[in-house]
Amino acid sequence: MATQQTTTAGRVLVAPSVILLFAWMIVPLVMTLYFSSLRYSLLDPDSSGFVGLQNYTAFLTDPDFITSLLNTLILVASVLVISVCGGILVALLMDQPVFGQNVLRLMVIAPFFVMPTVSALVWKNLLMNPDSGLFAWIARSLGFSPIVWFTNYPMLSVIIVVSWEWLPFASLILLTALQSLDEEQKEASSLDGAGPISYFGYIVLPHIARAITVVILIETIFLLSVFAEIYVTTSGGPGVATTNIPFLVYKQALLNFDVGSASAGGIVAVVLANIVAIFLMRMVGRNLEG
Amino acid sequence: MAMKQSVGKRAGVTVLAWVVGFLIFFPILWTFLTSFKTELDAIAMPPKFLFFHWTLENYAEVQSRSNYLHFAFNSIALSIGANVIGLLISVPAAWSMAFAPGKRTKDLLMWMLSTKMMPAVGVLVPIYLLFRDLHLLDSLWGIGFVLMMLNLPLLIWMLYTYFKEIPVDILEAARMDGASLLSEILYVLTPMAIPGIASTMLIAIILSWNEAFWTLNLATSNAAPLTAFIASYSAPEGFFWAKLSSASTLAIAPILILGWFSQKQLVRGLTFGAVK
Repeated sequence: MATQQTTTAGRVLVAPSVILLFAWMIVPLVMTLYFSSLRYSLLDPDSSGFVGLQNYTAFLTDPDFITSLLNTLILVASVLVISVCGGILVALLMDQPVFGQNVLRLMVIAPFFVMPTVSALVWKNLLMNPDSGLFAWIARSLGFSPIVWFTNYPMLSVIIVVSWEWLPFASLILLTALQSLDEEQKEASSLDGAGPISYFGYIVLPHIARAITVVILIETIFLLSVFAEIYVTTSGGPGVATTNIPFLVYKQALLNFDVGSASAGGIVAVVLANIVAIFLMRMVGRNLEG
Repeated sequence: MAMKQSVGKRAGVTVLAWVVGFLIFFPILWTFLTSFKTELDAIAMPPKFLFFHWTLENYAEVQSRSNYLHFAFNSIALSIGANVIGLLISVPAAWSMAFAPGKRTKDLLMWMLSTKMMPAVGVLVPIYLLFRDLHLLDSLWGIGFVLMMLNLPLLIWMLYTYFKEIPVDILEAARMDGASLLSEILYVLTPMAIPGIASTMLIAIILSWNEAFWTLNLATSNAAPLTAFIASYSAPEGFFWAKLSSASTLAIAPILILGWFSQKQLVRGLTFGAVK
């Protein structure tokens, strides 16, 4: 079908995108790799030189690195569990014939559209502030003393904020998947006398399994890079209690001006993300065949 | 199935669904309410839910004290500008991949998607240094370029899935009638492609508007959009909750409205067509 003319035209049309994306991805990545092998501090630009893998050994053996790697994993895993399990429940609920379904749907999806700096500050102040926050009032009304969220449970607080942002995403995707479950299948299973639990286990769950995988993979890509929420609430603290890999790299680069070490950290983050990306790409690629 | 459910059970499900929906939405509602309070009412204990002195003074003050419109303008310019240029680049690419696919089109698409997997911190250092040397830090052009590049793979992918759905038979019929490539594009494809392009643009604007890694790191004041402006409220200089709330309300309202319109397309866009 493709004539010579359209093939040539096609190449010309695709070229700008390919060139730009190639430049955007390869140039900085090569520079990061190069910097990561240098002693390179912006505060002391004269003493630069090749140091081989020294930045990596320094970065990887830094106790802060281990902590932030763990923090990253804890944050990603907790938000995934909360948003996927919560998302399944919310999606099942929204799939019922409920009065005012459309309005309800809008309310549930809304947090996803709130910019990260707004959600983080609203939660930190209006809701979680131990003196005047709403949660403090609820705790006091019930006779408890208010929780000092971001000081005593910093990681949990960040997890709560980020989960609130991502629960709507999971709910929306899973609801879309649920709605493609056809009526006949539903009726057949109820005629066969399937109870709600076996109906969920044998019909619903297999049907939305693919969508769940997609949610997990996409959320993981984004959650590995959580930054703004930490930046405006805890600045990675207290100490390094809420420092994740992106925040650690940011700190090394733009606060400590240590380009070499930050670059090594950046490469570590790239490797981490790629492990997830390989699985996601396979899922999406399989879909491309259809 | 629905017939079998008793009225009581349906009422129960409805109440439960509304309680859950209300709880999820509540932080936004609370921000909205707080934005109309005086600073004293905003931190009052017990909290005032509806019966407080409603005022618009925060909205006026956010503008007069911190020049809100400057940041809002940057957000609008960046999210629309970056994606209009992005569309100019991605529409031809997606068009040719959808209608004149070559042997390597699939690999190319997958490679484009893979650039989206690159974590921002992996390239923060070189981009920052390059921008510093090229005087692009805190400039609308520099940040706009980054935002465009972040969305480019997504634009191409979304457009590709939309274009794929346009029936090829129509194109061949037009070709039989002797339509040239140009008139084919103008009169046959464009009208069919516009809805897909519009939804793609909507999603892209939402994502750019809320982007908060590069905008926080590359912009300080001149080119700072609303994400950075709101972040300036994190400095612990006393309580400005009412002003924070009105600034936040203004920052999220337009995107919330756009987002509500684009829910359906959102699923396709964010999952790269893997869930429709």
